[in-house]
Amino acid sequence: MSEKQLGKKVDRCLADGAIKLGTGLGLGIVFSVLFFKRHTWPISFGSGAGLGMAYANCQNDLRSHYLLHKSEKEQ
Amino acid sequence: MLRACLRGANATARNNCRRNPLTSVQHCRHYTAGETSGATKVVAAGLLTVSSGIGGTILYAKWDHKFRAAVEKNVPYSDLLFSLALGPSSQEGLPIKKQTELAQPPSMMDKQVKASKAKSEKKVKEAAESPAEESSPATTQPAQSIEEASVEATHIISAIGEVPSVPAPCDTEAAAVKEECKECHDHKDTPVTAVVHPNTESPVAMEPLKERPVEEVAARLAQQDQEEQDILASVSASLEESLASSAKTTLQAIGAQEAALQAITQHTHKLKEAMEAEVPPQEKSAQWKDLEAALANRTCAMNDASTALLKANETLGSLKSVIDKSKGLNIAAVHPLVLAAEENLHNMIVDLDKVVTKVQSAESEAKIVSQYSELVNEAKQQFQREVSSLTPEIQANWKGLTGKLSADDLNALIAHAHRRIDQLNRELAEQRVREQIHIDAALEQQKLEDQKALEKAVNTTLQHVKEEARLEQERKLGELREVMEAEMRTQLRRQAAAHTDHVQDVLKVQEHELRAEAEQVLSSKMLEQETRYRQLNQEQLDNFTLDMNTAYARLKGMEEAIDSHVVAEEEARKAHQLWLSVEALNYTLKTTDSDLPTIPLKSAAEAVRDSCHDNDFALALASALPEESLHRGVYSEASLRARFNSLRSLARRVALIDESHNSLYQYFLSYLQAALLFEDEQKAPPTQLSREDLDPFKLLSYASYCLEHGDLELAAKLVNQLRGETRRVVEDWLTEARLTLETRQVVSLLSAYANAVGLGTTQAP
Repeated sequence: MSEKQLGKKVDRCLADGAIKLGTGLGLGIVFSVLFFKRHTWPISFGSGAGLGMAYANCQNDLRSHYLLHKSEKEQ
Repeated sequence: MLRACLRGANATARNNCRRNPLTSVQHCRHYTAGETSGATKVVAAGLLTVSSGIGGTILYAKWDHKFRAAVEKNVPYSDLLFSLALGPSSQEGLPIKKQTELAQPPSMMDKQVKASKAKSEKKVKEAAESPAEESSPATTQPAQSIEEASVEATHIISAIGEVPSVPAPCDTEAAAVKEECKECHDHKDTPVTAVVHPNTESPVAMEPLKERPVEEVAARLAQQDQEEQDILASVSASLEESLASSAKTTLQAIGAQEAALQAITQHTHKLKEAMEAEVPPQEKSAQWKDLEAALANRTCAMNDASTALLKANETLGSLKSVIDKSKGLNIAAVHPLVLAAEENLHNMIVDLDKVVTKVQSAESEAKIVSQYSELVNEAKQQFQREVSSLTPEIQANWKGLTGKLSADDLNALIAHAHRRIDQLNRELAEQRVREQIHIDAALEQQKLEDQKALEKAVNTTLQHVKEEARLEQERKLGELREVMEAEMRTQLRRQAAAHTDHVQDVLKVQEHELRAEAEQVLSSKMLEQETRYRQLNQEQLDNFTLDMNTAYARLKGMEEAIDSHVVAEEEARKAHQLWLSVEALNYTLKTTDSDLPTIPLKSAAEAVRDSCHDNDFALALASALPEESLHRGVYSEASLRARFNSLRSLARRVALIDESHNSLYQYFLSYLQAALLFEDEQKAPPTQLSREDLDPFKLLSYASYCLEHGDLELAAKLVNQLRGETRRVVEDWLTEARLTLETRQVVSLLSAYANAVGLGTTQAP
C-alpha cells in the first residue's frame, strides 16, 4: 500500500535518527572525556553530527523516489 | 549583516544618547530605573530592526521588480503594502504570470485567446471601415504577441483592399432608343402622307402606321380622279355647250353675212343692169322696183348680218371666257378640249373675219356702183331738168316721144344738145387736164384707203397668225405633255414593277422566316408533348414497379418476420441465459466484506463466456474484465471510501512535497501547513476545474464529497489530479478504485446488453 510507505520511511528515519543521535552523543562523550578535557563542544559536535547524518539520511530516503539512480540512468 | 549594521547603529544611537544628555532630555527620561532601560532598549531595537527591514525590502523592491514579485508571492498582504508605498506594479511582472498561467488546462486559455483574437479581428474590421484608428485593440490587449499583431495587420490590409461593388447601371437606353425610333417613325409618317403626290404611288409601308397613308392616298387619288372627272365632265359640257352655241351663232352669222353678200352682189348687179341696160320704160320701172326690193333686201340682210355678227361675237366672247376659265382650272385632261375649243374658236373667228371682209369689199364695190348710179341719176335728172326747162311740155320719158315733137322743139333740142355737147367737150377737155391731178388725188385717197385697209388686214392676219402660233404652241405643249405623261407613266410602271418585285422578295423572305419560326414552335411544342407523354408513361411504370416492389418487400418482410420469429425465440432463450449469467456476475460484485475484496470473478466470468460463445460483443466484454478482478476480486465502494478517509489526512500532510520541494524542512512545512490549514470536509466540485481548484486540499474535499455521494468515478478523476508526493501516497488507492470502476463498467455494460437483448427478444402483446 502506497500510503503506508511514508509511514515506514518516517519510522526508519526516526529509528535511524535515534541511533545516530545516540551514537554521536556517545562518541562525543567518549571523545570529550578521552581527548578533549571534558569540554562540552565534542558532545554537542558528536550529537550534532549524528543528528545531521540522521537528517541527511532521512531526507535522502524521502527523496529517493525523485532522484534518478545510476542504474536507471544507464538504462 | 543587516543586523550587525543595525546593532552598530543602535550602539551609536546609545552613545549619542549618552553624549547629549542636555539636548535629548526626552530620550533620557525614564519612567523606571536602569533595569527597565534594557527592556526598552530591546523593544526599541526590535522595532527599529523590523522597520528598517521593512523599509529596506520596500526600497529594494522599488529597485528590483523580480524581488518585489517574489516577496508579493511569498508574503501575504505584501502587495497591498507595496502598492501603498510604491504604486501598482509595472508591466514586466505580467509576462511571467502569463507563462505560469499557461500551465493551466489549455482549453480554457485557448477559448480566451480565441475570443480575444475574434474580438481584435472584429475591432480591426470596424476600425478599417470607419475612419477611427485601430488603437483600441492594442490598448485592450496589453500583452499582444507578435503573431496576433501580424494577424491584425493582415486583417487590416485585407479589409482596406476590399473594393465595394458598384451597382450595375439600369438599361434605359433601349427604351429611349425605341421611343426615339417611334418618334422619328411618327415624324416620317406625317411628311410621307403630306408629300404624297396624287399621281405617284406611295412606297410599301415600313410599319403598320404607314399602311393607312396608302389607303388614304388611294382614296385621295380616287377622290381626286373623281373630282377631275367631274370637273372634266362639267368643263367639257360647258365647252361643248358654248362651242355649240358659238358655232351655231357663227354659222348663223356667216350665213347672214353670206346672205348679205349675196344680197349686196345681187343689188349691185341689178343696179349695174339698171344703169347700163337700155330697156323699155315699163321694164325699167319693174327694174327699179326690183332694184328697190333688192336694196331693201340688202339692207335687211345687212341688218340681219350685223345682228348675227354681234351675237356671234357675243357667243365667241363667252366661249373665250369659258375657255379662259377652264384653262384656269389647270387640269391636264381639260387641255386637249380647251385646245380644240380654242382652235374652233379661232377658225370661227377667222371665217367670220373672212366673211366680214368679203362683205366689206362687196359693200365698197356696191358703194362705188351706187355712187356711179347716183352720178348717172344726177346727170340724168339734170338733163331731164334741162330738157324740161327747154321744153316744158315734154315728158320725162322722152324716148317715146318721137312723133310728138315739133320742128322748133327739135331745133331747140338740137341746139341744146350742141350746146350740151360743147359744154361736155369743154368739161371733158378740162377733165382731161385735171385728170392727172384728180387721178393723183384719187390715188392718194386710194393709197390712204389701201393703207388703212392694208393695216387693218395686216393686223387681222397678224392676230390670226399669232393666234395660230399660240394654238400651235399649245398643241405642241399638249403633245409634249402627253408624251411626258406617257414616259412618266412608263417609268412609274417600271418603278411599280421593281417595287412589286422587291415586295415579292421581301414577302418570300418573311414567309421563309415565319415558316421557320412556326416550325420551330411546332417542333418545340411537339417535343414538350412527347416528353410529357413519356414522363407520364414513366411515372405510371414507376408507380407500378413501386407498388410491385412494396408488395414484394412486404412479402419478403412477412417471410423474414416469420423466420425471425423462430430466430428470435432462439435468441430470447440465449438472452435469458446470458442475462442470468450476467446477474450472477453482478451478484458476485456485491459479495464483499467491509475491507476485503470480493471473491474472484473468474467463475462468473466463465459462466458468462459460456452463455455467449457466439456473441462477439459479449465475448469481448467478458474478456475485457481486468485480470486482477478475475483472480483476486475487487474492493467495494464502501471499503474504498473508508480507505480514502483514512489516507486523506496523510495526503494532506505531504501536500507541499514534489520533485523540487522534498527536503526535510519542506516536510516539516507541509506538516505545519496541514495542521494549520482548514478546509471543508466535503465540498461540491465545480463543473469546470480552474487553476485554484487544483490545490490538493480542495481536491481532497471534492473527492470526499463525491465519495460520500457515491460518485467513485468523479472521485477517482479528482484524485488523479493530485501531483507529487500526495499522488504517490494515493497511487494504490487510485489503482484499486480504477479496478473497481473497470469491473463495474464491464459488468454494467454486460447487464445493459443482456437487458437490451432480453428486451429486444421479448415481444409486445
